[in-house]
Amino acid sequence: MKDAALITPPVLSAYGISKQFAGIEVLSEVDLDLMPGEIHALLGENGAGKSTFAKILAGVHRPTRGTLTLNGQPVEITSPIVAQKLGITLIHQEPISFPDLSVAENLVLGRQDGSALSRVPWADMVREARSLMDLLGVRIEVTHLMRGLSIADQQMVEIARALASDSRVIIMDEPTAPLTPKEVATLFTIARRLRDEGRTIIFISHRLEEVRALCDRVTIFRDGAKVATDTIANLTDADIIRLMIGRPLKEYMHKQGSKIGDVALQVSGLTTPGLFRDISFTVRKGEIVGLGGLVGAGRTDVAKALFGIAPAASGSIAVNGTVAVIADPGDAIALGLAFVPEDRAQAGIFRSLSVEQNITAAVPGKIAPRGVIRRGVEKLLATQSVARLRIRLASLRQPIGELSGGNQQKAILARWLLTEPQVLILDEPTRGIDIGVKAEFYDMIGALAADGRAILLISSELPELLALCDRVLVMSEGRLTADLPRGQATQESIMQAAVPRTERGEAA
Amino acid sequence: MSLLRSILLRREAGIAVMIVLFCLAVGMVKPQFLTLGSLRIVLLLVPLIMIGAMGQMLVIVARHVDLSIGSMLGLTAMASGMMFRHYPEIWWPLGFALSIGVGALLGLFNGLLVTMFRLPAIIVTLGTLSLYRGITFIMSNAKQIDRQYVPSALKSMSQTSPIFGIPWIIFIAFGVALLTYWFAMHTRVGRQVYALGSNPVAAPLRGINVTRVTLLVFAISGAFSGLAGILYASRWGFVNPSNTGNGFEFQVIAAVVIGGVSINGGVGSVAGTVLGVLLLGCVSAALPLLGIPGTTQSAIYGAVILVALLIDRLVRMQGQKPATAGARA
Repeated sequence: MKDAALITPPVLSAYGISKQFAGIEVLSEVDLDLMPGEIHALLGENGAGKSTFAKILAGVHRPTRGTLTLNGQPVEITSPIVAQKLGITLIHQEPISFPDLSVAENLVLGRQDGSALSRVPWADMVREARSLMDLLGVRIEVTHLMRGLSIADQQMVEIARALASDSRVIIMDEPTAPLTPKEVATLFTIARRLRDEGRTIIFISHRLEEVRALCDRVTIFRDGAKVATDTIANLTDADIIRLMIGRPLKEYMHKQGSKIGDVALQVSGLTTPGLFRDISFTVRKGEIVGLGGLVGAGRTDVAKALFGIAPAASGSIAVNGTVAVIADPGDAIALGLAFVPEDRAQAGIFRSLSVEQNITAAVPGKIAPRGVIRRGVEKLLATQSVARLRIRLASLRQPIGELSGGNQQKAILARWLLTEPQVLILDEPTRGIDIGVKAEFYDMIGALAADGRAILLISSELPELLALCDRVLVMSEGRLTADLPRGQATQESIMQAAVPRTERGEAA
Repeated sequence: MSLLRSILLRREAGIAVMIVLFCLAVGMVKPQFLTLGSLRIVLLLVPLIMIGAMGQMLVIVARHVDLSIGSMLGLTAMASGMMFRHYPEIWWPLGFALSIGVGALLGLFNGLLVTMFRLPAIIVTLGTLSLYRGITFIMSNAKQIDRQYVPSALKSMSQTSPIFGIPWIIFIAFGVALLTYWFAMHTRVGRQVYALGSNPVAAPLRGINVTRVTLLVFAISGAFSGLAGILYASRWGFVNPSNTGNGFEFQVIAAVVIGGVSINGGVGSVAGTVLGVLLLGCVSAALPLLGIPGTTQSAIYGAVILVALLIDRLVRMQGQKPATAGARA
């Protein structure tokens, strides 16, 4: 490959690509040459910048700085349509399609040939779609509606679309995550065939064994920067993991020593087929238990099961030593559980309601003991919370949507603290909030544990888990793969347990 | 096309079966319902609704709705009526040009409000429903255009034609349906209407000019309302500022929804819509025959719409099951 690189010019090159979102640099100074006829893996932790980089190549995002060249010529990839015209196609994990149109129409839609009133060549369209499917060697009836297709087949349709426009660069963003081993095998066969035709495949995945089975070269991202590009054969798994996490451990304030008491939450054999299997662990009073793993490992599903949003199919949950039936969030709240969800925009805040109403939303019994809201009580509770959590706002009556992300998150935490929870489940509580507020959060979480509350902290940030937790549980593909006491938890040990190493390797 | 077509056919076959069963049931009680005479009644009831339904179908497929069509019908009919009253000697087919042209402009105005300010169509067209009706009152001084001002050549279009004496208005309605079929199924922009309604987020990513497509469907809805407006003058021979077109949107949306056009966008066929219109026509023709008072008709229409919506929801839920199963596998 190295020799080939010397002879063949790269098809697509990136020079000094940087990207900022709202002033925060998520990608800095990335240089990369992509060769024709290679399958190139992009690896990195969640948030390392690999997907952002791929989206810049595909015209979804514009780089803040840097240039791209295609076959040696500088190009501006201003939109996905421009990317498509330049022969660069991004295949999303769950493809964007038109479910009510046929597969054949999905393939050709958006072509710019002919006027708006020009005739739709149904017969030619179907014929062309069939021949593309034959070319890929997949059996998809092109006259069927897109709606009925499996995710794997939808991906195949996207690949067929890339072929129809003769894309030279095909980017697959974690394509294998929703696929079965057999489907993965089909995908790999096709990817190899496309490579052998001289096309470039960019393959984003968390699964090392898949990368090893499929890819020629690998580029590793960490904290928004490229840290290495090499032929896959030159790197051991240990090398790759070290490169992915090798940042110096940032110094966060450590957790205050709190007294660890009785078991507050005991989970045994929690299972929901397809999401998670045989999850058992305990959280004690005053203890902070981390739950690490990659995105999609099933951590949030476990949290939702505990809180009764999507109860588990089997297994048991005991709160303070008593077996509990949690069929809906109301049960969970009554048992003293609280859950701060990951996606606050969707599941956390009532955007147009005031900060005050948002903070008191989970305690109707306190502010309205007889069904009528007592303004004084509502205001008092909200004011106390704002002072306690140092929420920065203009007015209590301001819509919560106007606050910054960090302050919204604090308000949601405040809401749940008013319920005086015994067990607090925090799902990625510091995602998308800036460093200063993060430190405040860490203090707060520590203080809550010192108060004797049991805390389950879901986080994808290893330093956060290491700094805060008494124990770290790790999930991978729906299973608990490690239970590490504070002394044994390191970035390496967590990452080792988080990277999937299942039988999927044989599919490749 | 096999499965796509078979799904659509199944849906349309369902409506056709409902029409047959309904007519047979009424025929058992009132045998005179199953005669050519009542077929003529049905066919004369439906042309305006059919024309309005074609425009409405396109708007709903694009995931919008047009509530202002009744007021556009009234305004365009009034415009032509006033022209006829003012210039009795004018070449009468100009009424078609005037009504269709004014209708297209009114529809375009709806579309501009929806696209430029990203307002929901249901609110925009609720506003213009009232606005256009108000303009009709103002420009007519709230006075009716009486029979003597409507050209008799125009009126006779609703009575007869050289072809088996079937009134022109019926041919026009089915012609509009054919034109809409051609537009929806065989032009690129027609397919873009379906794509837009099926996934508005993906549409611009595939290079569909969302603004242009949206403006177009509202303009078509307006133009068809204009055509319905001039044909109203033909059919009834008068134009009244408050009655003409009043409640038209209700009948049309009912027909479209009964015809299987999904209010969630992306799904709907001309054949289904035509059948929906015919079913509604049969119901309308049967009610007086069965001695059901006009006061009850409104309730029956409402019930028919709700049943159609329930069927739509059930079919959708069935259709989504395999997709989720696939995602889980």
